[in-house]
This record gives sequence, C-alpha cells and structure tokens, in this order.
Amino acid sequence: MKIVVLVKQVPDSGLERHLSSDFTVDRASASNVISELDENAIEAAMALADAGQADEVTVLTVGPDHAVETIRKALSMGPDKAVHVQDDAIAGSCAVTTSAVLAAALGTLEYDLVLCATESTDGAVGGMAQMLGARLGVAAMTGARKLTVDGQKLTVERQTEDGHETLTASTPAVVSVWDSMNTPRYPSLKGIMAAKRKPVTTLSLSDLGLAPDTVGAAGATSKVVQAEPRPPRSAGQRITDEGEGGVALAEYLASQKFV
Amino acid sequence: MDFRLTEDETALRDAVAEFATEKVAPVIGDYYERGEFPYDLVAELGRMGIFGAPFAEKYDGAGGDYFMLCLALEELAKVDSSVAITVEAAVSLGAMPVYRFGTDAQKERWLPRLCRGEALAAFGLTEPGGGSDAGATRTKAVLDGDEWVINGAKCFITNAGTDITEFVTVTAVTGTGADGRPEISSIIVPNGTPGFTVGQKYSKVGWCASDTRELFFDDCRVPAENLLGERGRGYAQFLRILDEGRIAIAALATGLAQGCVDESVRYAGEREAFGRPIGTNQAIQFMIADMEVRAHTSRLAYYDAAARMRAEQPFKRYASVAKLHASNAAVDNARAATQVFGGYGFMNETPVARMWRDTKILEIGEGTSEIQRMLIARDLGVG
Ligand SMILES: Cc1cc2nc3c(=O)[nH]c(=O)nc-3n(C[C@H](O)[C@H](O)[C@H](O)COP(=O)(O)OP(=O)(O)OC[C@H]3O[C@@H](n4cnc5c(N)ncnc54)[C@H](O)[C@@H]3O)c2cc1C
Repeated sequence: MKIVVLVKQVPDSGLERHLSSDFTVDRASASNVISELDENAIEAAMALADAGQADEVTVLTVGPDHAVETIRKALSMGPDKAVHVQDDAIAGSCAVTTSAVLAAALGTLEYDLVLCATESTDGAVGGMAQMLGARLGVAAMTGARKLTVDGQKLTVERQTEDGHETLTASTPAVVSVWDSMNTPRYPSLKGIMAAKRKPVTTLSLSDLGLAPDTVGAAGATSKVVQAEPRPPRSAGQRITDEGEGGVALAEYLASQKFV
Repeated sequence: MDFRLTEDETALRDAVAEFATEKVAPVIGDYYERGEFPYDLVAELGRMGIFGAPFAEKYDGAGGDYFMLCLALEELAKVDSSVAITVEAAVSLGAMPVYRFGTDAQKERWLPRLCRGEALAAFGLTEPGGGSDAGATRTKAVLDGDEWVINGAKCFITNAGTDITEFVTVTAVTGTGADGRPEISSIIVPNGTPGFTVGQKYSKVGWCASDTRELFFDDCRVPAENLLGERGRGYAQFLRILDEGRIAIAALATGLAQGCVDESVRYAGEREAFGRPIGTNQAIQFMIADMEVRAHTSRLAYYDAAARMRAEQPFKRYASVAKLHASNAAVDNARAATQVFGGYGFMNETPVARMWRDTKILEIGEGTSEIQRMLIARDLGVG
C-alpha cells in the first residue's frame, strides 16, 4: 500500500502568533514548526509501514520555501520521500483553494491512503479531508482515533463528542486523525541523518496545471476582514459549599457533559 | 572558525531536548525517589538511536559521531543526570571498548543490541582498593587451557546489574610484562557466568536512578576468545576510553550547569519576596549571570575537545580541561541554583535539588579533579 501524508508548516502554537496586515497568518516572523497533529498522521503511516502494511510513505506539503524545514522534520520520522508544492501565487489561499492544490498534487501521485490531521493548529478549519474526498471522488473518514487496515478494507473508529462510531471504506480513501490515535515517535538519529538524502520533489502551479488566479488570495473563497484578540478569561463560576456543594458540582459537570 | 552546529546536529539536539522535557522530566523524580532504573526511557532512547550514536550502521549504529553523543548527553543532563550517565556509560564505557578494540566476531555478537539500546554493557576498572591508580589492578586472570579464570572484585560499576546488562568488560592482571610491570588485559565477562556475582545496588547521594554495583569474581571462567583486543594492552585501552569519556562527562556536566541556569531564570521571574520578583535583586541577577558564564565556557571547552578528537588531533589535555572546568561549573551552578530556590532548593521534589545531589560525582568519576590537574600538568611538561 502507498500512503501520502499531508503535512503543514504552522507558526509555533506555544509562542506568540500574529496576523499580517491583510489578516493572513504572519509566517515570516513566526517560529515555524510542523502542525502538531500532523505528527500523529505521520506516526499512523509509519506504524503501518513498520507492520509491513505500507511499502511507501510520501509526505506532501503546500507552503513557502521555508516549509522545507518541516519536510525534513517529517522525513526524519521515517517517510521515504516528499513532494513540496511551492509557488508564490499560492500565498493567501483559503482552505478551499488549498484543497484544490493538494488534490491536483495528489493527482500526480500514486496512493491507496491519504492521511492527514483532523485540523491544523493554525487555521483549525478542519475540513481538508472532506474536501479532498469530494475532489478526488474517494471516501473521507474523519476524526479517527483508530485505524486498521485489512487488505483493501480500512476500518476507522471515529471519535465523536459522546464516544466513537465505526466506519469502513475501501481504498483509496482519505483518513484524518486525532492525537488520541497514537503517540508520535521522536525522530531517530539515523532518521535525522537520512532525511537529508531523501528525495524532495518541488512542484509549481504550472506543473499541476493550475492557473495562478484560481488559487492564492486571488482565488480564495473566503477572506478574513476583521480579527480581534481573544477576550480575557472570565472569572469562572464559583460554587460555595453550603451542604449541597457536591450536588451542585455534579450538576455542573453533567450539564457540560463531563459526567 | 566557529562552533555552530550542522543541520543534523541541531535536529538531534532538538529531538533529545524534546524527549527530555516531555518524557524524562515528568517521571524521573519518582524513579529517583524509589531508586529504580528507568527501563522504559532507556528503551525509547534506544529507538531514537542514541545508544548507537557514534557507531557504524553495520552494527545497527546511527553512523554519527562522538560529538553527537555529547550533544545528546548535554540535553538529557539539562533535565536529569541519571538517564544521561546511563547513556554515557553504556556508549562510552560499555560499547566503545568493543567497538574500538574488539574482533569482528565480538563486534557482531555484542554491538547491535547495545546500539539499539536493548542491552547494556559496563566497564569495570575501579576496584575497592583504588580507582585513580587504575594500573594497580589486583583482579587477576589466568589462562587455563582455553579459558580465563578470573578472581577479584570491582566496585562502583555503572550499568553492571540491570535486567538488560549483557556483559562487563573487566581489567585484570594477566601476567608480568617484559619491563617487570604487571601486564593488564581487558576481558569480556557475560552476566550470568558462574563465579561472577553482581552485588546489591549501592545507596548513593545522587544518580539514584542509575545502576551502580560491586562485582565479585570467584574462579569465574570465560572462553579465551573473550579477551578484548591484544593481551597486555588493557592499560593503553582504558586510557584511550577514559580520554574520550571525559569529553562526554564534560558534556553531561555542561547540561547540568545549563539546567541550573534555565531553572533559576524561570524561578527568579516567578518567585516574589518583599513584594517583587527575586530576580529584580542584583544579587540574584549576578548569581545567574555567573552561572551562565560557567555553563557557556564549559560548552565551549567540550566542543573544542570534541572538535580536536574529530579532527584526529591530540585532544587529551583538552578533554581534561573540559572535564575539570565543566564539573567545577556544575558544582558551582548547582550550589547557586539551590540558593536561588531558597528552601525549595533543599526539597527533593525540586529539580535543582536533584542537580545538587547529582553534581558532586562529576568531580570524582572518570578521573577525579586532582587526576585531571595531574594530567594537564604532565601534558604541559611540569613535574
Ligand atoms: C556513581 C559512580 C559510578 C562509577 N562508575 C564507574 C564505572 O562504570 N566503571 C569504573 O571503572 N569506575 C566507576 N566509578 C569509579 C570512579 O571512577 C572512581 O571512584 C574514581 O576514579 C576515583 O577512584 P577512588 O574512588 O578509588 O578514589 P581514590 O583513587 O582512592 O582517590 C581518593 C582521593 O585521593 C585523590 N588522589 C588519588 N591519587 C592522587 C594523586 N596522585 N594526587 C593527588 N590526589 C590523588 C583523589 O583525587 C581523591 O580525591 C564510579 C564511581 C561512582 C561513585
């Protein structure tokens, strides 16, 4: 089985992040890292490779020049090669146009399974797997906490607010994962040293047959027109125990579906 | 000339730093308190290839070099020294003698599992009667047919008694040399060999999650082919091993010294006294500035020694300089950091308290500070 893992470079969510004056993510001044959940997607792919169920794992990234750092990091975890779609005209893309670029890039690759994160840690739109499924005409199983492969049959435990549901599909398919699926491996020293030698193919829009005005800021289907900082945390709700404290606590937790 | 790291070195350092803060820091206090060996952390470091860092890929090593090992040790020791010394001793004392001096058969037999971190090996040089004067070994090995018969004892041996320890390389007197001095050789003794007893764990001041044992040899027989390298080369072998090992200990000490800086910077900003953060006091600022100077110069010293070793230049003196300076720095920084932490600095649950306990051994192990001074002076032609 051939797997393609989608990987995105994002500003480090542990540090201060900013928007540029046009309300796109300021990637130039940020400290950029691999979107955290993408590591779970890579781990899922590598676990299948380790189990002998995948014979090729490719990393696919759409991003500026410096996204190659993230590609190296991803490759150090074990994948065999990478494809980097890089074109200045892509800057300012919305999720929908990005999915068009990814779908076109996937069209140039062989795959049985496309793995990605359920959402990125920057935009957190959470719709990529669905859009790719639609564009590629294959099943999209989203929000997976477990994935098993049996020949051409994929079984996914989809995490929901109340528990999980089981979905099946046959390959080829797109599966998006949550961090509950696995614990990503740390890159090994061998993996780090091998990453430099692994092939990275760079593709431009013209390689993909896409017109520049269909993507990027020009083709975007949505545009951020205003942004405000997150309001400060509210004080929270205080329960004073006058004999009924436990009940009040339990009721609160139940109302929030924690119990 | 500069000491900037390559892309690979940076990526390795970052990966180990992440592992240390995410995986080691949350659990090591408990291991330490219980005096337990952290098998799960060792296994994960094995998967990361840290135990195989300086070894060739044909033995399942990572194909890196000794400096990469040092970078990993520094990052681990920023958080904890028990895990760091476990790796240091496993690689530089356990596997390295076999890698450097072993026959092809010995390398093929022992190295792959050591490189993968699935097994550990130890190096037994120090004896109850003396460590600094390692040439005065009393342990004896006599060739009887095709077997060595070993009698004697070793003490303070790191990694000698874990569940995954496969062998200890011991130095023993195997005869008298042409110059009339004792002939010393190194012999591989697999754990579990009849006549080889591993003692109880010591109760130690520090490095409490690391394994340190006394070893006893009572008519212990191993095959003649377990001789490591040439007969009579034991002394020269361990001098080489210890020279390199000092760079690794310097890296570990640098990590501890830097960990003290990092913890102190954080605490000085958080802790308030007299209505303001303690870091607003010049007394604290200067203490931390001095700590940073010591940590940074320690790093430069070990980078330099490692660079000389990599360039195959003489590095002995510089390894001793680095070890002496960095272990001093570690002790000084741990003393200062516990002071910055006040009463909390005296509580075992505070990381700097653990660093304080872990630091003293750095002035003792792999050559005491006095021995480093002797070596430096001798190399300068004094005395
Ligand atoms: C936790 C731990 C782990 C260890 N792990 C290992 C291991 O894995 N393998 C191993 O072989 N050993 C190991 N050691 C032993 C360690 O290397 C020795 O303790 C060290 O070399 C000092 O030897 P010693 O303890 O016999 O002290 P001694 O040699 O008895 O020295 C006592 C004091 O005398 C000083 N001194 C000695 N000779 C001179 C001199 N000529 N001039 C000036 N001062 C001198 C020393 O500096 C020291 O201050 C370990 C020790 C510890 C505590």
